Amino acid sequence: MEQNQKLATREGYGKALLELGRINKNVVVVDADLGDSTKAEHFGKEFPDRFFAMGIAEQDMIGAAAGMSVTGKIPYASTFAIFSERAFEFVRNIVARNNLNVKITGSHAGITTGEDGKSAQAIEDIAIYRSLPNMVVLQPSDALECEKMVFALADYNGPSYMRVHRTAYPTIHRPDYKFEMGKGEVLREGKDVVIFASGTMVHESLKAATILKAEGIESYVVNIHTIKPIDQKLIIELAKKTNNVVTAEDHNIIGGLGSAVAEVLSENYPCIMKRIGMQDKFGESGKPDELYRKYGLDSQSIAEEVLKFVKKR
Amino acid sequence: MPKKDFVLGLKQKAKEFRKEIIEAVYKAQSGHPGGSLSEIDVLTALYFHKLKIDPSNPNWEGRDRFVLSKGHASPGLYVVLADKGYFPKSELEGFRKINRMLQGHPELSTPGVDFAGGSLGQGISFAVGIALALRLDKKISKVYVMIGDGESQEGSVWEASMAAAFHKLDNLVGILDKNQVQETGKTKDVMDIGNVVLKWQAFGWNVIEINGHDMNEVVEALDKASKNKNGKPTMIISNTIKGKGVSFMELNYKFHGKAPNEEEYKKAMEDIEKIDVNKFK
Repeated sequence: MEQNQKLATREGYGKALLELGRINKNVVVVDADLGDSTKAEHFGKEFPDRFFAMGIAEQDMIGAAAGMSVTGKIPYASTFAIFSERAFEFVRNIVARNNLNVKITGSHAGITTGEDGKSAQAIEDIAIYRSLPNMVVLQPSDALECEKMVFALADYNGPSYMRVHRTAYPTIHRPDYKFEMGKGEVLREGKDVVIFASGTMVHESLKAATILKAEGIESYVVNIHTIKPIDQKLIIELAKKTNNVVTAEDHNIIGGLGSAVAEVLSENYPCIMKRIGMQDKFGESGKPDELYRKYGLDSQSIAEEVLKFVKKR
Repeated sequence: MPKKDFVLGLKQKAKEFRKEIIEAVYKAQSGHPGGSLSEIDVLTALYFHKLKIDPSNPNWEGRDRFVLSKGHASPGLYVVLADKGYFPKSELEGFRKINRMLQGHPELSTPGVDFAGGSLGQGISFAVGIALALRLDKKISKVYVMIGDGESQEGSVWEASMAAAFHKLDNLVGILDKNQVQETGKTKDVMDIGNVVLKWQAFGWNVIEINGHDMNEVVEALDKASKNKNGKPTMIISNTIKGKGVSFMELNYKFHGKAPNEEEYKKAMEDIEKIDVNKFK
């Protein structure tokens, strides 16, 4: 995968799942009629015996994936992030409660999903999955990182939720990137402020940092690809260094990355924070970049918010 | 007709199990007696006649699996597993107690438990997943799943039923413990599930209908279902009576999830003791 080639994280999911299927015969895929959108279909075309269509029945998909996992299979179950929520109680009571080895992927997360509108734009999924004991919660920032995650999850024994996206972004990681679950990735060194970001907002935050530099503000930009278990050490360290903490997510500011960071800091190093994200409002139909502008998630908005925040302190 | 003595043996076991169910729920002062009493004859036949299992090797990969989807009726499962030797009978008096093995609803950590129930409507999906995986690995073992009639109000039961037929899972056998009563009343008064024979036939399953307290019928149905190879899953509609065997619990929704007090306990044990296994059905 070339650097700077624009690809959505869901593309990384589909590509990696197929490659994984070739080398690991225990991997199976369960689908709820969205394999063409989630890109799980690539696996299905090559391994039809190991691809299980469950129809538009997300609860059944999760239940079946769980049943497969107890026989030693390694199931990857995917649908839109929002529709995975329909099966949340199945995830809670079968997968998480029993610590089962089921890899759930929620695609088309965030308002970046665009034209489908608010019914499809999951902005609460991180909040609910984070609240489940035993659940690992991941969000890749580019297709390459997503590929690495898919492979890492095959070696990880336990429940996981990975959040991927519809929109194409440049690949910012190099081919030799080593994904380390649970470790935050410092993408940009700074001094005055730290922006903890995840997913698409990593890109927006990097661009914002460039805008901020012209204003004399040097920002750390950190890729929090593992929202649970979160890298507490790094968060505390950078909070101490900057005393200006900002979070950025394509998710409600309630319950997601911002809340996770606040939980860590409030008990270890309380400091005033700014949470950038959906301000407890639903999205709407529109082009992804238009929506980001309108709802304050684009690089320009982030830069403005950070500037305001830093000046106030 | 199955061998007379053998069936008599199962009936006697089921009678003993009824006592143990009442005992466990009484000691815990908590639990679900009604649904445990209605299912126990089928569970006895499953574990002492049908299932290919090995209590000394609970995780044996070649075993048949049993999914108790109506997980609240755990006492029924626990007394059977204890008698099979998965764990000591002394665990039964610790049912629902803190730091003890036998949790209110079954957990995978308990030897012999293949499904962690408690939330209705999930078992058939889980069983479908197992059945798909077993077939993928060309294993000959089967999956049995028991659901309740109240439970059949959950839409997810029908998602899974559709999937089981679509995926031609003839290594899957369902049992509907149709005990006619749920938590807040008779199922036909709360949310009538209608004609379940027609429903499951329409969903593409083979359907066998029996009196779930007639051990001969239970054994015959399980044998027939387990031999099926026609590319369809089988649903055994087991017509039962909630609380069967205890006069004041029969068809009484109050004992869906309530333990007997001391007086009720004594009466219940007397009722069960009086059961004539030759006439019981």
